[in-house]
Amino acid sequence: MTPFHAMLAKELRCLGVSPVVYVVGAIFLFVSGLIAYLMVANAGQQAVRLLQIQNTYPPLNLNALVFRPLFYSLEFVLMFLLPVLTMRVLAEERKLLTFELLLTSPIGINEIISAKYMSVLLVYLGLLSLTGLTPLLLSFSSSFHWGGIATGYMALVLQGGLFLACGVLASAMTDNQVVAAFLSFGIILVTGLIGELGSVLGDTTIGHILSSISFREHYDRLVRGLVEARDVVYYLSGIVLMLFTAHRVVDAHRWQ
Amino acid sequence: MQHDLAGFRFWEFDRAAPWDIRWVGLDEHFLTSVLKERQYPVHTPHVCCMLQRDLVGAFTEHTSIARPHVSMITVQHISKRYGTHTALRDVTFHVDKGEILAFLGPNGAGKTTTMRILACAMPPSEGRATVAGFACLEQPVEVKRRLGYLPETPPLYQELTVDEYLTFAGRLKGLTSQRLASRKANVIDQVELGDVHHRVIGHLSRGYRQRVGLAQALIHDPPVLILDEPTVGLDPKQIIAIRTLIKSLATSHTIILSTHVLSEATAVCDRVVIIHQGRIVAEDTPEQLSARLRQSETMSLTVKQPTPDWQERLKMLPGVLNVFPGSTPHTCTIDCHLQQDLRDTLSQFVVSQGYGLLELKPLSLSLEDVFLQLTQQDETLGTDASDYPDPSSSSQPYQRERTSA
Repeated sequence: MTPFHAMLAKELRCLGVSPVVYVVGAIFLFVSGLIAYLMVANAGQQAVRLLQIQNTYPPLNLNALVFRPLFYSLEFVLMFLLPVLTMRVLAEERKLLTFELLLTSPIGINEIISAKYMSVLLVYLGLLSLTGLTPLLLSFSSSFHWGGIATGYMALVLQGGLFLACGVLASAMTDNQVVAAFLSFGIILVTGLIGELGSVLGDTTIGHILSSISFREHYDRLVRGLVEARDVVYYLSGIVLMLFTAHRVVDAHRWQ
Repeated sequence: MQHDLAGFRFWEFDRAAPWDIRWVGLDEHFLTSVLKERQYPVHTPHVCCMLQRDLVGAFTEHTSIARPHVSMITVQHISKRYGTHTALRDVTFHVDKGEILAFLGPNGAGKTTTMRILACAMPPSEGRATVAGFACLEQPVEVKRRLGYLPETPPLYQELTVDEYLTFAGRLKGLTSQRLASRKANVIDQVELGDVHHRVIGHLSRGYRQRVGLAQALIHDPPVLILDEPTVGLDPKQIIAIRTLIKSLATSHTIILSTHVLSEATAVCDRVVIIHQGRIVAEDTPEQLSARLRQSETMSLTVKQPTPDWQERLKMLPGVLNVFPGSTPHTCTIDCHLQQDLRDTLSQFVVSQGYGLLELKPLSLSLEDVFLQLTQQDETLGTDASDYPDPSSSSQPYQRERTSA
């Protein structure tokens, strides 16, 4: 077992006994279930309305009526919940001075950061996989395109991965968990709003640059089922950039 | 530059400061005799280059005199600045293999900063530190493998059990599963954690937590241990147990421990480094330190039948500087010239006068006195950084004293 694996195992153990994870998990699953139910109920109402007008069973597009709005809503839920999941990863170590142990052990800062990131990512993927129950249950009573679901989940994984990396960076910047949570929420919100600013500026160079910096456009394309290399590259490079900055921040703190 | 020659470690010292001979493990008299024998001018800038070659010969001729010293920890001219605040100024010392060094100093003197630099938790602003031959700045991983560090606040994860925590610490330090199991059993036994090893750390008392922290530092059996106030928060029985443990470790380990309990330094350590306002103000054995700072020899004398003028008559004796009355009329304290043992003269005088000698003992300065004297002496010099334009020159008197002790 390498120091990286030891670190990852310890992180998962600590997350496993942390009430924060259970609270975040419960809220996430409850909210996603509730949104899914509302979307399905809405689709049902539309079906009834169409039935009354056309007198036949209309073909309903569940991908457009249920899943796409669900994925868009979940983005907002993640924006609020993931900073809470990541706020403790580095801030707590610094606060409780346990970071001394890591700094004086033969493990690199990159291994520490990547193990910490991996641990929250695994928890997030576990939670996300539980939301898979919704399409699974719906598939018994209706039919829809699994491809659209797959790209939607891919978008959620990448988006969540980016939010978690932002959270790790925010947690590296302070030893106060609340500040870390708000900081990562701020980073995510600003990155999102930059996209809105880009669309206001429209078809200009600055507008295009701002739109590409924001995750909005990239997420939108993935949820609509368009898998393009540039979107995947955007998310992966965003995650690497955030984690690299976190590495620099932690390294810089050693000098102080 | 450091050289390994004929099994001894030599230092190429570019400045021929007399105290540098400590690096080669020779005493001053021996060095001087070698210099005279080989007809070298003493204290010229080139003496060192010649010394290196000739000392090898001298060593092989006088192996019974020369003690081979292998420095496990060396700190050379380390400074640390936090913005405008200077925490350490030109700190230089070394710790030999198997030695226990105590780091003494008031709060904020720079003890923890020095230890953190050695543990590679923090890089120095200037200077160089090596642990077991590896440089802290260039080869931190190699240093960390050979070093156990117990910070001031033990780095404990409240939610883990002692067992889980030690497993984590062991794996973090690269132990294999097999070795981890045996080491864990070993350290749990060493620091007496047997009855709490399955308990969650968050529920343990302070003394136990301190011991878990110590177990963490020992888990990979490192040759070098750096312990920042290891006995804080322990009860007297545990303090004795930990001190005994540290002493028993000294045979196979090199240990630096910081403390502000002076009796601890006297009880456990071979050598003491006193640090104040980021500078080393003294470095020696506890006994030598107190001997060095004595202005005069002090003796306590108790007699059976004193005459009214007995203290006046004692004052008349040659070599006696002053006589102070003691707590009872039968005792007094006598100040004598330094390096003049008057015990013989005094006892003969007391017996010849028929006072009836009951007790005559030399009094030495306790480490507390030494510590206060050094730190106060320093404060009278001024505390501002601008008062020390050249830190090396301000510490020169102590370096000179070091050889004379």
